[in-house]
Amino acid sequence: MWMTATPEPAVELKGIVKRFPGVVANRDVCLKVQRGHVHAVVGENGAGKSTLMKILYGMQRPDEGEIRINGAPVTFRSPSDAIAAGIGMVHQHFMLADNFTVLENVILGSEPRQAGTVIDFSAARKRIREISDAYGLGVNPDSLVESLGVGDRQRVEILKVLYRGAKILILDEPTAVLVPQEVEELFASLRGLVREGHTVLFISHKLDEVLSVADEITVIRRGTTVETVNPGQTTARRLAELMVGSELPVPELRESTVTDVVALAVEGLTVRTPEGRPIVDDVSFEIRKGEVLGIAGVEGNGQAELVEAIMGIRPAAGTIRLSDTDITGWTTRRRRVSGVGHIPEDRHRHGLLLEAPLWENRILGHQTEKPNAKGPWIDRSGARKDTARIVDEYDVRTPGIDVHASALSGGNQQKLIVGREMSGDPVVLIASHPTRGVDVGAQAAIWDHLRAARARGLAVLLISADLDELIGMSDTLKVICGGRIVRAVDPHNVTPEELGSAMTGAGGEA
Amino acid sequence: MISRFNVRSAALTLVAPVLAIVLAVGITTVVLLVSGDEPLETFGYMVDYGFQPRTMVLTLNLATTYYFSALAVAIGFRMNLFNIGVDGQYRLAALIAAAVGGAVTLPAPLHVTLTVLVAVLVGACWAGLAGLLKATRGVSEVISTIMLNVIATGLGAWLLHTDRLAVAVSGSNNIGTKPIGPSGQVPGLHLIAGTEVKVYGFVVVAALAGIGFHFMLNSTRFGFDLRATGRSESAAVASGVNVKKMIVGTMVLSGAVAGLVGMPQLLGASYSYSLDFPTGLGFTGIAIALLGRNNPLGIAFGALLWSFLTNSASILDVHQISKEIVIIMQGVIVLSVVVAYELVRRYRKSAEQRRVGQELAATAEPVKG
Repeated sequence: MWMTATPEPAVELKGIVKRFPGVVANRDVCLKVQRGHVHAVVGENGAGKSTLMKILYGMQRPDEGEIRINGAPVTFRSPSDAIAAGIGMVHQHFMLADNFTVLENVILGSEPRQAGTVIDFSAARKRIREISDAYGLGVNPDSLVESLGVGDRQRVEILKVLYRGAKILILDEPTAVLVPQEVEELFASLRGLVREGHTVLFISHKLDEVLSVADEITVIRRGTTVETVNPGQTTARRLAELMVGSELPVPELRESTVTDVVALAVEGLTVRTPEGRPIVDDVSFEIRKGEVLGIAGVEGNGQAELVEAIMGIRPAAGTIRLSDTDITGWTTRRRRVSGVGHIPEDRHRHGLLLEAPLWENRILGHQTEKPNAKGPWIDRSGARKDTARIVDEYDVRTPGIDVHASALSGGNQQKLIVGREMSGDPVVLIASHPTRGVDVGAQAAIWDHLRAARARGLAVLLISADLDELIGMSDTLKVICGGRIVRAVDPHNVTPEELGSAMTGAGGEA
Repeated sequence: MISRFNVRSAALTLVAPVLAIVLAVGITTVVLLVSGDEPLETFGYMVDYGFQPRTMVLTLNLATTYYFSALAVAIGFRMNLFNIGVDGQYRLAALIAAAVGGAVTLPAPLHVTLTVLVAVLVGACWAGLAGLLKATRGVSEVISTIMLNVIATGLGAWLLHTDRLAVAVSGSNNIGTKPIGPSGQVPGLHLIAGTEVKVYGFVVVAALAGIGFHFMLNSTRFGFDLRATGRSESAAVASGVNVKKMIVGTMVLSGAVAGLVGMPQLLGASYSYSLDFPTGLGFTGIAIALLGRNNPLGIAFGALLWSFLTNSASILDVHQISKEIVIIMQGVIVLSVVVAYELVRRYRKSAEQRRVGQELAATAEPVKG
């Protein structure tokens, strides 16, 4: 670096510390983002990326440290301070009003006025067209947001922050919701932005994407910045090592425990949208006792619906058999009582009562079973005792079983769920993203528990976005695309790269 | 450690309602000053009058009625169902129960039981309609219960006619159902000395209902499912709760309790449902359920406070102070208590997260890096 020749960095964070209860805090974070760069911040889920970006966007205040924008130190009390300083944020989950047009969404909250009273729609429309054309966003100000696809909505979000004069854009996991082609379009838009002198902070944990779009990459691990590297001089593997540190747990199964006894058989399972389009299309598979069946696929290809159909949460056509019993017409509760465990994809929405104590969360999903219930009554002391057992056996880090689930970190919440679903000798476990958003230690522990249960004869349906986990933990691996099982892959000799291309439909003829 | 936390937690629970009442007194003081009345004097009149034996009995009696109403609303609230229809449910229930009770003569316990059972059934059915509409057609219970209130009013007016359920009340141009005979009346209790007025016997039933509510919520599977659905419907569905069944069940239960609202008055004082039977109790119940945080003990305090304010205000007319001042006070209490509860809830949540973080950091791993 030439001290004087380089201009002031657009963003500079020095020694940021954020103490935050229960979850990974930020420590000694140092980050320098050059103007006109796409700067990627990568790290595992829960490494502290989002907290850091919230600090930069004024949603959280750092306990220590300094933020400089274009060389000048700043203090943000709220996002409006950050916006005033030219920072804009595109959230992972879109914040758009569906029944408004693009134009109305964009100007919402900063409406241009004519003579101080009437909203000046024509001026706004003109500006939106200008911005859209300048950066090649291709957004029509008069379309209704509900008629737009995911990629278009994201561009509306980008337009929204540009309209407010942002020069520095933070994009929080922008590709998580996109299909590969939309990712390419997004990257083209980002390149357009930096060409015009904007600066982009791109948060992700998808290394291939980061390597293809970023000018510089900063790796964050356990709340602190580890290293900043140039994408030309590194590899995805090297980045992965930086992200998790050296003690990377390896998902692997030792000897096969697969038996001949079929535990779960699904035949011709089809789930349709209210409009009649199949989201899960004629899916059939069998899982035997002691077998882990992995389902690989780009998110949004019917995995969530498949799980909900098996759990009886969503109506479906086809048959589902548990051991030899046809359970197709059973309620969710009956399925659960009969030994189908479920680790849901979204633990906050489907797995926990956040504002209830841990022991009540132990009961959830097992309301009718021992030791939680005796006839129509809740067995408080039985449930409490068993919660203490789970906390102990599954190493849930908590001061007690009376704290609310919301007070625990994601990894500990997940360990509680895993412990709960493993209780009462399940026959089948439906595990959706069992280690998503948990720290490395919890991940290793959850894998251990899955392996042990498999050895005892548990049949597992494993759905994951983590290809290493899928390859390492599955006895059998199938690829889902567009709601159909498109092919089977041998997990013993497939690389993540091959699996990844199979998921996108490439090499489907093989 | 734990016990200290519990003391703090209990204190926090009380902070919100106390703050709300203080704020309400403050705002009422300002209103009194503006309208040219002496605030201290006014509150003095109310306290003096409110603590006279006769007023205390009236307060207890009105509170009993409020209690059922608030309990009915709270059952719905615990599952995120807003039963605005308690008003229509209790009026229809009381009318039909009064007609049935007036038409028969049975041995005392049976007579009372029959009347109360009819009231409970009518309330349950009327609320159950809203539950069914929501479960099968997705109609918001807010809308349907409001409309059912209107229908109940119309139906009540039609039924309460001398051609149908009503007879003329002697010595007035009022009409009402045939009075319930002595075997169907619930005797009052001499709980407070210094007055001839008796406390409704139904105060015992109200206490039992409160205990039953607490027990149902905390010790039964139904109660667990109800609370789980209220906290997170998506998690409840994933856990195997049949939400549609729960909606109907909860509305039926809420309506059953609503059916009891008119009973203290009917079986303890008027013995007949006439044109001047009290109305609007269902809406007061909503306010009290909010104030009492859907908790049976909290609701009891809320009902007593509300009833005390209403009853003690009657003296203000004598001193040429408009008693609507109390309505302002009640309104401010509800508004501020809702805000205060939310603030306390947020504070609690972050305090707990902080505490858990600290305790874990203190006890466990000195992990670095």
